[in-house]
Amino acid sequence: MRLKTPLSEELVGSLMAGDVVHLDGVVYTGRDEVHLRALEMHEKGEKLPVDMKGAALYHCGPIVKKEDDRWVLVAAGPTTSARMNSLEPRFIETLGVRAIIGKGGMSQPTVDAMKRYGCVYFAITGGAAVLAARGVKKVLGVEWLDLGMPEALWILEAQNLGPLIVGIDAHGNSLFKKADEEVRKNLPLVRKRLGIE
Amino acid sequence: MIPPDLVEEVVINILRTAVTSLPSDVISALERAEARETDDIARTQLRTIMENVRCAEGTSVPMCQDTGVPLFFVSGSCDADLEKAIRRGVSRATMEVPLRPNAVHPLTRKNAGDNLGIDVPYIHYSPGPSGFVDITVMPKGAGSENMSALRMLTPAEGMKGIKSFVLDTVVNAGGRPCPPTIVGLGIGGSSDIAMSLAKRALLRPLDVRNPYPELQTLEEELLEAINQTGIGPMGLGGRTTSLGVRVDLAYCHTASLPVAVNIQCWSARRASARIFLDSRVVYSKEGFW
Repeated sequence: MRLKTPLSEELVGSLMAGDVVHLDGVVYTGRDEVHLRALEMHEKGEKLPVDMKGAALYHCGPIVKKEDDRWVLVAAGPTTSARMNSLEPRFIETLGVRAIIGKGGMSQPTVDAMKRYGCVYFAITGGAAVLAARGVKKVLGVEWLDLGMPEALWILEAQNLGPLIVGIDAHGNSLFKKADEEVRKNLPLVRKRLGIE
Repeated sequence: MIPPDLVEEVVINILRTAVTSLPSDVISALERAEARETDDIARTQLRTIMENVRCAEGTSVPMCQDTGVPLFFVSGSCDADLEKAIRRGVSRATMEVPLRPNAVHPLTRKNAGDNLGIDVPYIHYSPGPSGFVDITVMPKGAGSENMSALRMLTPAEGMKGIKSFVLDTVVNAGGRPCPPTIVGLGIGGSSDIAMSLAKRALLRPLDVRNPYPELQTLEEELLEAINQTGIGPMGLGGRTTSLGVRVDLAYCHTASLPVAVNIQCWSARRASARIFLDSRVVYSKEGFW
Protein backbone atom coordinates (compact mmCIF):
# COMPACT_ATOMS: atom_id res chain seq x y z
CA MET A 1 0.00 0.00 0.00
CA ARG A 2 1.32 3.44 -0.95
CA LEU A 3 0.42 6.42 1.27
CA LYS A 4 1.08 10.13 0.92
CA THR A 5 1.38 12.75 3.65
CA PRO A 6 -0.46 14.69 5.02
CA LEU A 7 -2.47 11.72 6.26
CA SER A 8 -6.17 11.97 7.10
CA GLU A 9 -7.68 10.59 10.28
CA GLU A 10 -9.87 8.33 8.18
CA LEU A 11 -6.93 6.82 6.29
CA VAL A 12 -4.94 6.33 9.46
CA GLY A 13 -7.96 4.61 11.01
CA SER A 14 -8.12 2.14 8.13
CA LEU A 15 -4.60 0.81 8.81
CA MET A 16 -4.22 -2.33 10.90
CA ALA A 17 -1.22 -3.61 12.86
CA GLY A 18 0.81 -5.85 10.54
CA ASP A 19 -0.04 -3.95 7.32
CA VAL A 20 2.94 -3.10 5.14
CA VAL A 21 3.05 0.35 3.51
CA HIS A 22 5.36 2.70 1.61
CA LEU A 23 5.27 6.43 2.18
CA ASP A 24 5.49 9.53 -0.04
CA GLY A 25 5.42 13.20 0.90
CA VAL A 26 6.87 15.40 3.60
CA VAL A 27 8.40 13.72 6.65
CA TYR A 28 9.91 15.59 9.63
CA THR A 29 12.74 14.13 11.67
CA GLY A 30 12.56 14.61 15.41
CA ARG A 31 14.18 12.93 18.36
CA ASP A 32 14.82 13.90 22.00
CA GLU A 33 15.77 17.55 21.49
CA VAL A 34 13.09 18.34 18.88
CA HIS A 35 10.45 16.94 21.24
CA LEU A 36 11.75 19.02 24.14
CA ARG A 37 11.99 22.25 22.16
CA ALA A 38 8.69 21.85 20.29
CA LEU A 39 6.77 21.15 23.49
CA GLU A 40 8.48 24.01 25.31
CA MET A 41 7.61 26.41 22.48
CA HIS A 42 4.04 25.18 22.42
CA GLU A 43 3.73 25.75 26.16
CA LYS A 44 4.96 29.31 25.76
CA GLY A 45 2.46 29.84 22.96
CA GLU A 46 5.21 30.31 20.38
CA LYS A 47 4.75 29.28 16.77
CA LEU A 48 6.77 26.35 15.45
CA PRO A 49 8.72 26.80 12.19
CA VAL A 50 6.72 23.94 10.63
CA ASP A 51 3.12 22.77 10.83
CA MET A 52 3.05 19.07 11.69
CA LYS A 53 -0.70 18.59 11.43
CA GLY A 54 -1.33 15.32 9.58
CA ALA A 55 2.39 14.86 9.12
CA ALA A 56 4.72 11.94 9.67
CA LEU A 57 7.35 12.35 12.38
CA TYR A 58 10.46 10.25 11.87
CA HIS A 59 12.55 9.27 14.89
CA CYS A 60 15.78 9.72 13.00
CA GLY A 61 19.08 11.53 13.31
CA PRO A 62 20.44 11.34 9.79
CA ILE A 63 23.88 11.79 8.29
CA VAL A 64 23.58 14.74 5.93
CA LYS A 65 26.36 16.36 3.93
CA LYS A 66 26.47 19.68 2.17
CA GLU A 67 27.34 19.60 -1.53
CA ASP A 68 27.69 23.14 -2.84
CA ASP A 69 24.62 24.76 -1.32
CA ARG A 70 22.53 21.62 -1.19
CA TRP A 71 21.94 19.19 1.67
CA VAL A 72 22.37 15.57 0.58
CA LEU A 73 21.07 12.73 2.70
CA VAL A 74 23.66 9.99 3.21
CA ALA A 75 22.11 7.64 5.76
CA ALA A 76 18.78 7.92 7.53
CA GLY A 77 17.69 4.90 9.58
CA PRO A 78 15.51 5.12 12.69
CA THR A 79 16.58 5.76 16.26
CA THR A 80 15.14 3.98 19.32
CA SER A 81 11.60 5.34 19.74
CA ALA A 82 11.33 4.34 23.40
CA ARG A 83 13.57 7.29 24.37
CA MET A 84 10.67 9.57 23.45
CA ASN A 85 8.10 7.55 25.44
CA SER A 86 7.57 10.22 28.08
CA LEU A 87 7.14 13.06 25.55
CA GLU A 88 5.21 11.43 22.72
CA PRO A 89 1.62 11.45 24.04
CA ARG A 90 1.78 15.23 24.50
CA PHE A 91 3.52 15.66 21.14
CA ILE A 92 0.76 13.73 19.34
CA GLU A 93 -1.94 15.67 21.19
CA THR A 94 -0.55 19.16 20.68
CA LEU A 95 1.06 18.91 17.23
CA GLY A 96 -1.42 16.63 15.52
CA VAL A 97 1.00 14.24 13.80
CA ARG A 98 -0.76 11.27 12.22
CA ALA A 99 2.19 8.89 11.90
CA ILE A 100 5.37 8.18 13.76
CA ILE A 101 8.16 6.25 12.08
CA GLY A 102 10.71 4.56 14.31
CA LYS A 103 12.09 1.36 15.69
CA GLY A 104 11.46 -0.77 18.75
CA GLY A 105 7.91 0.43 19.47
CA MET A 106 6.55 2.71 22.20
CA SER A 107 4.95 2.33 25.62
CA GLN A 108 1.27 2.10 26.53
CA PRO A 109 0.63 5.86 27.10
CA THR A 110 1.71 6.48 23.48
CA VAL A 111 -0.41 3.55 22.23
CA ASP A 112 -3.35 5.16 24.10
CA ALA A 113 -2.63 8.62 22.65
CA MET A 114 -2.48 7.12 19.15
CA LYS A 115 -5.91 5.60 19.68
CA ARG A 116 -7.39 8.80 21.11
CA TYR A 117 -6.04 11.26 18.53
CA GLY A 118 -5.76 9.03 15.44
CA CYS A 119 -2.12 8.25 14.84
CA VAL A 120 -0.15 5.15 13.79
CA TYR A 121 3.36 3.86 14.40
CA PHE A 122 5.34 2.63 11.41
CA ALA A 123 8.22 0.29 12.23
CA ILE A 124 11.16 0.68 9.88
CA THR A 125 14.09 -1.72 10.09
CA GLY A 126 16.68 -0.42 12.55
CA GLY A 127 20.12 0.17 11.11
CA ALA A 128 18.95 -0.09 7.49
CA ALA A 129 20.01 3.48 6.87
CA VAL A 130 21.11 3.27 3.24
CA LEU A 131 17.80 1.79 2.12
CA ALA A 132 15.91 4.38 4.18
CA ALA A 133 17.90 7.21 2.56
CA ARG A 134 16.94 5.79 -0.85
CA GLY A 135 13.33 6.31 0.19
CA VAL A 136 13.95 10.04 0.48
CA LYS A 137 13.90 12.06 -2.74
CA LYS A 138 15.42 15.18 -1.27
CA VAL A 139 16.13 17.27 1.76
CA LEU A 140 13.65 20.16 1.67
CA GLY A 141 15.24 22.04 4.54
CA VAL A 142 16.40 22.03 8.12
CA GLU A 143 15.37 23.87 11.29
CA TRP A 144 17.11 24.08 14.63
CA LEU A 145 20.52 23.07 13.30
CA ASP A 146 21.97 24.55 16.51
CA LEU A 147 20.90 21.26 18.13
CA GLY A 148 23.54 19.46 16.06
CA MET A 149 23.15 17.29 12.97
CA PRO A 150 21.49 14.29 14.67
CA GLU A 151 19.08 16.31 16.79
CA ALA A 152 18.04 18.95 14.25
CA LEU A 153 14.60 19.02 12.62
CA TRP A 154 15.17 17.86 9.06
CA ILE A 155 12.41 18.29 6.50
CA LEU A 156 12.51 15.41 4.04
CA GLU A 157 10.53 14.49 0.97
CA ALA A 158 9.87 10.76 1.05
CA GLN A 159 9.48 8.75 -2.11
CA ASN A 160 8.47 5.15 -1.61
CA LEU A 161 9.96 5.10 1.90
CA GLY A 162 9.64 1.57 3.25
CA PRO A 163 8.78 -1.17 3.74
CA LEU A 164 7.09 0.26 6.84
CA ILE A 165 5.19 -2.16 9.03
CA VAL A 166 2.21 -0.81 10.95
CA GLY A 167 3.59 -1.66 14.38
CA ILE A 168 0.90 0.17 16.37
CA ASP A 169 -2.45 1.03 14.79
CA ALA A 170 -4.98 3.67 15.82
CA HIS A 171 -7.15 1.03 17.51
CA GLY A 172 -4.75 0.13 20.29
CA ASN A 173 -3.23 -2.92 18.60
CA SER A 174 0.53 -3.25 18.84
CA LEU A 175 2.79 -5.87 17.29
CA PHE A 176 5.35 -5.05 20.00
CA LYS A 177 2.82 -5.75 22.74
CA LYS A 178 1.91 -9.00 21.00
CA ALA A 179 5.58 -10.03 20.77
CA ASP A 180 6.05 -9.00 24.39
CA GLU A 181 3.15 -11.19 25.52
CA GLU A 182 4.66 -14.07 23.55
CA VAL A 183 7.99 -13.50 25.33
CA ARG A 184 6.27 -13.50 28.77
CA LYS A 185 4.58 -16.78 27.79
CA ASN A 186 7.91 -18.33 26.70
CA LEU A 187 9.92 -17.16 29.69
CA PRO A 188 9.01 -19.83 32.28
CA LEU A 189 10.14 -22.60 29.92
CA VAL A 190 13.29 -20.69 28.93
CA ARG A 191 14.17 -20.20 32.61
CA LYS A 192 13.51 -23.85 33.34
CA ARG A 193 15.84 -24.96 30.53
CA LEU A 194 18.55 -22.64 31.88
CA GLY A 195 18.04 -24.13 35.33
CA ILE A 196 17.08 -20.79 36.90
CA GLU A 197 13.34 -21.12 37.49
CA MET B 1 58.55 4.96 15.61
CA ILE B 2 55.56 4.63 13.28
CA PRO B 3 54.98 7.87 11.34
CA PRO B 4 51.95 9.75 12.79
CA ASP B 5 50.68 10.48 9.25
CA LEU B 6 50.50 6.76 8.59
CA VAL B 7 48.52 6.16 11.79
CA GLU B 8 46.12 8.94 10.78
CA GLU B 9 45.55 7.35 7.33
CA VAL B 10 45.10 3.90 8.86
CA VAL B 11 42.52 5.27 11.33
CA ILE B 12 40.50 6.81 8.49
CA ASN B 13 40.72 3.54 6.56
CA ILE B 14 39.57 1.32 9.41
CA LEU B 15 36.76 3.72 10.35
CA ARG B 16 35.53 3.74 6.75
CA THR B 17 35.77 -0.03 6.50
CA ALA B 18 34.00 -0.52 9.83
CA VAL B 19 30.99 1.69 9.10
CA THR B 20 30.48 0.61 5.49
CA SER B 21 30.94 -3.18 5.70
CA LEU B 22 30.45 -5.95 8.23
CA PRO B 23 33.00 -8.58 9.29
CA SER B 24 32.51 -11.92 7.51
CA ASP B 25 31.50 -13.76 10.70
CA VAL B 26 28.59 -11.35 11.27
CA ILE B 27 27.42 -11.63 7.65
CA SER B 28 27.47 -15.44 7.86
CA ALA B 29 25.50 -15.37 11.12
CA LEU B 30 22.88 -13.03 9.62
CA GLU B 31 22.55 -15.27 6.56
CA ARG B 32 22.06 -18.36 8.74
CA ALA B 33 19.46 -16.48 10.78
CA GLU B 34 17.52 -15.51 7.67
CA ALA B 35 17.45 -19.11 6.47
CA ARG B 36 16.19 -20.26 9.87
CA GLU B 37 13.35 -17.74 10.35
CA THR B 38 9.85 -18.88 9.44
CA ASP B 39 7.93 -15.77 10.55
CA ASP B 40 7.14 -13.38 7.66
CA ILE B 41 7.81 -10.13 9.53
CA ALA B 42 11.05 -11.48 11.02
CA ARG B 43 12.25 -12.59 7.59
CA THR B 44 11.40 -9.19 6.10
CA GLN B 45 13.53 -7.52 8.79
CA LEU B 46 16.51 -9.80 8.15
CA ARG B 47 16.21 -9.49 4.38
CA THR B 48 16.08 -5.70 4.66
CA ILE B 49 19.17 -5.80 6.87
CA MET B 50 21.08 -7.95 4.37
CA GLU B 51 20.05 -5.81 1.41
CA ASN B 52 21.09 -2.70 3.32
CA VAL B 53 24.49 -4.22 4.11
CA ARG B 54 25.04 -5.02 0.42
CA CYS B 55 24.04 -1.49 -0.65
CA ALA B 56 26.28 0.10 1.97
CA GLU B 57 29.31 -1.91 0.94
CA GLY B 58 28.62 -1.42 -2.77
CA THR B 59 28.42 2.35 -2.47
CA SER B 60 30.85 2.83 0.45
CA VAL B 61 28.18 4.58 2.52
CA PRO B 62 27.68 4.02 6.30
CA MET B 63 25.21 1.14 6.73
CA CYS B 64 23.68 2.84 9.78
CA GLN B 65 23.31 6.58 10.34
CA ASP B 66 24.42 6.04 13.93
CA THR B 67 28.10 5.67 13.23
CA GLY B 68 28.53 5.55 16.99
CA VAL B 69 31.30 6.86 19.16
CA PRO B 70 34.61 5.43 18.00
CA LEU B 71 36.15 3.18 20.63
CA PHE B 72 39.77 2.25 20.00
CA PHE B 73 41.71 -0.77 21.21
CA VAL B 74 45.44 -0.39 20.77
CA SER B 75 47.88 -3.19 21.54
CA GLY B 76 51.50 -4.02 20.90
CA SER B 77 53.99 -1.23 20.66
CA CYS B 78 52.05 1.69 22.23
CA ASP B 79 53.68 5.08 22.05
CA ALA B 80 52.53 8.37 23.45
CA ASP B 81 52.05 10.04 20.05
CA LEU B 82 49.41 7.56 18.92
CA GLU B 83 46.58 9.46 20.57
CA LYS B 84 47.16 12.67 18.64
CA ALA B 85 47.24 10.79 15.35
CA ILE B 86 44.09 8.83 16.21
CA ARG B 87 42.26 12.05 17.08
CA ARG B 88 43.25 13.64 13.78
CA GLY B 89 42.09 10.50 11.96
CA VAL B 90 38.70 10.57 13.69
CA SER B 91 38.18 14.23 12.91
CA ARG B 92 39.07 13.76 9.24
CA ALA B 93 37.01 10.57 8.91
CA THR B 94 34.00 12.47 10.27
CA MET B 95 34.24 14.80 7.26
CA GLU B 96 35.52 12.37 4.66
CA VAL B 97 33.52 9.15 5.16
CA PRO B 98 31.31 10.96 6.41
CA LEU B 99 30.47 9.92 9.98
CA ARG B 100 27.66 11.45 11.99
CA PRO B 101 29.06 13.84 14.58
CA ASN B 102 27.80 12.12 17.74
CA ALA B 103 30.08 13.33 20.52
CA VAL B 104 28.44 15.89 22.82
CA HIS B 105 29.18 17.36 26.25
CA PRO B 106 27.13 15.19 28.65
CA LEU B 107 25.47 18.15 30.36
CA THR B 108 25.32 21.03 27.90
CA ARG B 109 24.73 18.52 25.03
CA LYS B 110 26.86 20.79 22.84
CA ASN B 111 28.15 19.05 19.72
CA ALA B 112 31.53 20.20 18.37
CA GLY B 113 30.76 18.49 15.07
CA ASP B 114 34.01 16.54 14.71
CA ASN B 115 33.50 13.56 17.05
CA LEU B 116 36.21 14.85 19.37
CA GLY B 117 35.82 15.77 23.02
CA ILE B 118 37.06 14.96 26.49
CA ASP B 119 38.04 11.26 26.27
CA VAL B 120 36.40 10.92 22.86
CA PRO B 121 37.68 8.94 21.10
CA TYR B 122 38.43 6.69 24.06
CA ILE B 123 41.51 4.51 23.61
CA HIS B 124 42.05 1.23 25.47
CA TYR B 125 45.77 0.39 25.56
CA SER B 126 47.31 -3.05 26.06
CA PRO B 127 51.07 -2.79 25.71
CA GLY B 128 52.54 -5.92 24.14
CA PRO B 129 55.44 -7.18 22.06
CA SER B 130 57.23 -4.51 20.10
CA GLY B 131 57.60 -4.75 16.34
CA PHE B 132 54.05 -3.74 15.46
CA VAL B 133 50.95 -1.97 16.79
CA ASP B 134 47.40 -3.29 16.38
CA ILE B 135 44.64 -0.69 16.15
CA THR B 136 41.04 -1.84 16.31
CA VAL B 137 38.06 0.46 16.09
CA MET B 138 34.56 -0.37 17.27
CA PRO B 139 32.06 2.34 16.35
CA LYS B 140 29.46 1.77 19.07
CA GLY B 141 25.92 3.00 18.49
CA ALA B 142 23.77 4.30 21.34
CA GLY B 143 20.70 2.12 20.77
CA SER B 144 22.54 -0.95 21.97
CA GLU B 145 24.93 0.82 24.35
CA ASN B 146 21.97 2.31 26.26
CA MET B 147 20.92 -1.22 27.21
CA SER B 148 24.15 -1.89 29.17
CA ALA B 149 23.74 -3.23 32.68
CA LEU B 150 25.91 -3.97 35.68
CA ARG B 151 25.00 -6.09 38.69
CA MET B 152 27.14 -6.68 41.74
CA LEU B 153 25.96 -10.20 42.58
CA THR B 154 26.77 -11.95 45.82
CA PRO B 155 29.08 -14.93 45.41
CA ALA B 156 26.20 -17.12 46.64
CA GLU B 157 24.10 -16.14 43.64
CA GLY B 158 26.74 -17.76 41.44
CA MET B 159 26.07 -19.13 37.96
CA LYS B 160 22.29 -19.07 38.40
CA GLY B 161 22.44 -15.38 39.27
CA ILE B 162 24.59 -14.67 36.23
CA LYS B 163 22.26 -16.48 33.82
CA SER B 164 19.21 -14.85 35.32
CA PHE B 165 20.76 -11.38 35.08
CA VAL B 166 21.71 -11.85 31.41
CA LEU B 167 18.26 -13.13 30.47
CA ASP B 168 16.51 -10.31 32.35
CA THR B 169 18.73 -7.70 30.70
CA VAL B 170 18.03 -9.04 27.21
CA VAL B 171 14.28 -9.33 27.83
CA ASN B 172 14.14 -5.84 29.30
CA ALA B 173 15.99 -4.46 26.26
CA GLY B 174 13.45 -6.07 23.91
CA GLY B 175 13.52 -4.50 20.44
CA ARG B 176 15.41 -1.38 21.51
CA PRO B 177 19.03 -2.47 20.83
CA CYS B 178 18.25 -3.46 17.20
CA PRO B 179 18.16 -7.26 17.49
CA PRO B 180 19.51 -9.62 16.33
CA THR B 181 22.18 -8.57 18.79
CA ILE B 182 25.47 -9.92 20.06
CA VAL B 183 25.55 -10.09 23.84
CA GLY B 184 28.83 -9.29 25.57
CA LEU B 185 29.15 -10.61 29.12
CA GLY B 186 31.92 -9.71 31.56
CA ILE B 187 32.24 -11.76 34.73
CA GLY B 188 34.45 -10.78 37.66
CA GLY B 189 37.01 -8.03 38.10
CA SER B 190 35.55 -4.96 39.76
CA SER B 191 32.58 -2.95 38.49
CA ASP B 192 34.62 -1.08 35.86
CA ILE B 193 36.60 -4.16 34.83
CA ALA B 194 33.43 -6.24 34.37
CA MET B 195 32.05 -3.57 32.02
CA SER B 196 35.29 -3.42 30.11
CA LEU B 197 35.38 -7.21 29.78
CA ALA B 198 31.84 -7.21 28.41
CA LYS B 199 32.82 -4.65 25.79
CA ARG B 200 36.07 -6.38 24.81
CA ALA B 201 34.29 -9.74 24.57
CA LEU B 202 32.37 -8.27 21.61
CA LEU B 203 35.61 -7.99 19.65
CA ARG B 204 35.96 -11.77 19.37
CA PRO B 205 34.46 -12.90 16.05
CA LEU B 206 31.41 -15.16 16.18
CA ASP B 207 33.37 -18.06 14.67
CA VAL B 208 36.25 -17.91 17.17
CA ARG B 209 35.61 -20.21 20.12
CA ASN B 210 36.03 -19.12 23.71
CA PRO B 211 39.43 -20.28 25.00
CA TYR B 212 37.76 -21.45 28.25
CA PRO B 213 35.58 -24.54 27.65
CA GLU B 214 33.23 -23.70 30.54
CA LEU B 215 32.64 -20.22 29.10
CA GLN B 216 32.08 -21.68 25.61
CA THR B 217 29.33 -23.86 27.13
CA LEU B 218 27.84 -20.84 28.90
CA GLU B 219 27.82 -18.87 25.64
CA GLU B 220 25.96 -21.67 23.86
CA GLU B 221 23.43 -22.16 26.65
CA LEU B 222 22.66 -18.45 26.92
CA LEU B 223 22.37 -18.02 23.15
CA GLU B 224 19.89 -20.87 22.90
CA ALA B 225 17.84 -19.46 25.79
CA ILE B 226 17.84 -15.90 24.38
CA ASN B 227 16.65 -17.14 21.01
CA GLN B 228 13.84 -19.09 22.65
CA THR B 229 12.38 -15.92 24.16
CA GLY B 230 10.79 -14.93 20.85
CA ILE B 231 11.82 -11.25 20.95
CA GLY B 232 13.00 -11.60 17.36
CA PRO B 233 14.53 -9.18 14.84
CA MET B 234 13.68 -5.59 15.87
CA GLY B 235 11.51 -6.92 18.69
CA LEU B 236 8.74 -7.83 16.26
CA GLY B 237 8.84 -11.54 17.17
CA GLY B 238 10.82 -14.44 15.74
CA ARG B 239 13.53 -16.96 16.44
CA THR B 240 16.55 -14.70 16.06
CA THR B 241 17.10 -12.38 18.99
CA SER B 242 20.87 -12.78 19.15
CA LEU B 243 23.61 -13.98 16.82
CA GLY B 244 26.00 -14.84 19.60
CA VAL B 245 26.98 -14.47 23.24
CA ARG B 246 30.60 -13.60 24.05
CA VAL B 247 31.91 -14.06 27.55
CA ASP B 248 35.14 -13.00 29.20
CA LEU B 249 36.25 -13.17 32.83
CA ALA B 250 38.74 -11.83 35.33
CA TYR B 251 39.48 -12.77 38.92
CA CYS B 252 37.58 -10.77 41.52
CA HIS B 253 37.43 -10.06 45.26
CA THR B 254 36.40 -13.07 47.34
CA ALA B 255 33.34 -11.14 48.52
CA SER B 256 32.23 -9.99 45.03
CA LEU B 257 30.73 -11.29 41.83
CA PRO B 258 30.50 -8.37 39.41
CA VAL B 259 28.61 -9.14 36.19
CA ALA B 260 28.23 -6.78 33.25
CA VAL B 261 26.27 -6.98 30.01
CA ASN B 262 27.12 -4.91 26.96
CA ILE B 263 24.85 -5.39 23.98
CA GLN B 264 25.92 -4.94 20.36
CA CYS B 265 23.32 -4.29 17.64
CA TRP B 266 23.28 -6.44 14.46
CA SER B 267 25.44 -3.75 12.90
CA ALA B 268 28.46 -5.21 14.69
CA ARG B 269 31.05 -2.95 13.19
CA ARG B 270 34.72 -3.46 13.87
CA ALA B 271 37.90 -3.20 11.86
CA SER B 272 41.57 -3.63 12.66
CA ALA B 273 44.96 -2.83 11.23
CA ARG B 274 48.42 -4.07 12.17
CA ILE B 275 51.11 -1.51 11.49
CA PHE B 276 54.69 -2.82 11.48
CA LEU B 277 57.64 -0.66 12.43
CA ASP B 278 58.77 -0.65 8.79
CA SER B 279 55.37 0.98 7.94
CA ARG B 280 53.87 -2.14 6.39
CA VAL B 281 50.10 -2.31 7.15
CA VAL B 282 47.85 -5.39 7.23
CA TYR B 283 44.10 -4.82 7.47
CA SER B 284 41.47 -7.20 8.82
CA LYS B 285 37.79 -6.70 9.62
CA GLU B 286 37.85 -9.73 11.88
CA GLY B 287 40.99 -8.74 13.78
CA PHE B 288 44.10 -10.80 14.56
CA TRP B 289 43.23 -13.93 16.52
